[in-house]
Amino acid sequence: MSSSPVLRVVTETAPVSPKLTLRGVSKGYVQSSGERVEAVANVSLDIAPGEFVCLIGPSGCGKSTLLNMIAGLDRPDAGEVLMDGAPVTGPGPDRAVLFQEPALFPWMSVVENVGFALGFVGTPKRERRERAMFWLEKVHLSAFANAQPHELSPGMRQRAALARSLVCQPEVLLADEPFGALDAQSREVLQHELQSVWLETRNTFVFVTHNVREAVFLADRVVLMSARPGSFLAEHRISSPRPRAFEDVLLSKVVVDVHDSLLKEVEKVVEAEGSARSDLA
Amino acid sequence: MSRLKGALVQTWPRIAIIAVIVAIWAAVYATGYWDTIQLPSPTSVWDALWSHLDGRDGLLALAYRSLLRLFVSLAVSIAVGTGIGLAMAASKVVQRSVGSLMVGLQALPSISWLPLAILWFGMSAKAILFVVVVGAVPAVAVATASSVRLVPPALVRAGRTLGASGLELYGKVVLPAAVPGYIAGLQQAWAIAWRALMAAELFVTGARGLGHFVAQAGEAFDTPLVLATMIVIMLCGIGVDLLFTLVDRRVRRRRGLLVPS
Repeated sequence: MSSSPVLRVVTETAPVSPKLTLRGVSKGYVQSSGERVEAVANVSLDIAPGEFVCLIGPSGCGKSTLLNMIAGLDRPDAGEVLMDGAPVTGPGPDRAVLFQEPALFPWMSVVENVGFALGFVGTPKRERRERAMFWLEKVHLSAFANAQPHELSPGMRQRAALARSLVCQPEVLLADEPFGALDAQSREVLQHELQSVWLETRNTFVFVTHNVREAVFLADRVVLMSARPGSFLAEHRISSPRPRAFEDVLLSKVVVDVHDSLLKEVEKVVEAEGSARSDLA
Repeated sequence: MSRLKGALVQTWPRIAIIAVIVAIWAAVYATGYWDTIQLPSPTSVWDALWSHLDGRDGLLALAYRSLLRLFVSLAVSIAVGTGIGLAMAASKVVQRSVGSLMVGLQALPSISWLPLAILWFGMSAKAILFVVVVGAVPAVAVATASSVRLVPPALVRAGRTLGASGLELYGKVVLPAAVPGYIAGLQQAWAIAWRALMAAELFVTGARGLGHFVAQAGEAFDTPLVLATMIVIMLCGIGVDLLFTLVDRRVRRRRGLLVPS
């Protein structure tokens, strides 16, 4: 009887080298007014291989900044971003990014968009279309392969963008509020689609959102960020088995918890803005 | 049937505006306030147009010569101007140096180059081509640079995360994304080139063309022929504009940028 807890301790502390590591990362911007704003301050985080992490926090807390640094689109001012122990120096096919706007290329058909990245890794032309079709089928868009992006609905465009980001089979998928601009129904469809993609690929997903329900539904771990300058406040592990459903009672309990702590952070932001305003007065 | 109706809907305003202008013109002519040299009648212009249409020095042959000159000088201007514009978009130093030079040249009416052009190239077609190219190159360069600069950053970012970098990013994302703005710029450039060409042809006696014909008819006080030639110049312009508009609409339709009317 007493041996099982011991065994569990051993498995939990077994060294698994993280897929992604943020170590003391800080980043600031100079605004057009010339004022310097600290977006992220001294953030450290390990993300295990195959883990689904959601970053959540009040708007302007530096979530996107953090994601851009992992994507290699931005460099930290201090600290380092590592992938498999090696520093991230720029964007790469091993880290796909899904943005809030689908940003499909309007001069290409949907299938050409999806196959775009294959052109940079030396995939022969004929194979490109096949592989693009494979991913279009995964997001249930194969009927629209030869359509132009503007002929799709916003939800379909974002699904095409998802297929496009997955075509090179990246080890890491980074998503910056990808469903934020969608209507509630498309959003739900895409959340389920993303869950099934993750279940199938078991890749490392880092997902930025400010929708608590979305975060809890998708993630293994929800990381709550503080108001600007962003840093990590708390994290919630969500062990509910997958595939999950929105009706899951266990999930709704976690949603309430996370929501409460998020609300406290948002209130802080509002207070800070209020006091800043009274300072100005 | 609906196609015919569509053509009709598109055509009637064009015919109507011509009818209105000719009607006003005929009415003013009928008052007899100006004599027929100052204001010739619509019918005399119509007659001049038809009687000078064909032949070796007819309006059609001259229009062909002028349009050929336009396309040659436009091709040179597009090649040179696009190169300069891309360099301006790619480098801040080039933008600040060559870019401001281009803006300065743009402010200069290209016909003001003519005295120098005649000294350098003589009263020849070469002088005309120089004046046209020197006027159109800055327009193409500035349009190219701004169309590249106005490419949505989201597309560039997407391209970078999908593995494009350096020249490939430029060739496969930035340039295709800049095409609609570039075409709009070329539409301005050809109009500048066409006006510069007509003006230069007016002055340079060594090369026949529509502009030269206007000058000749003017010296002979043949005002019906002056107006007839002006009408041909306008029609040529409308024709060239139609070419660019067709390309522009094609590109915009494919990208979903065309507002259905």
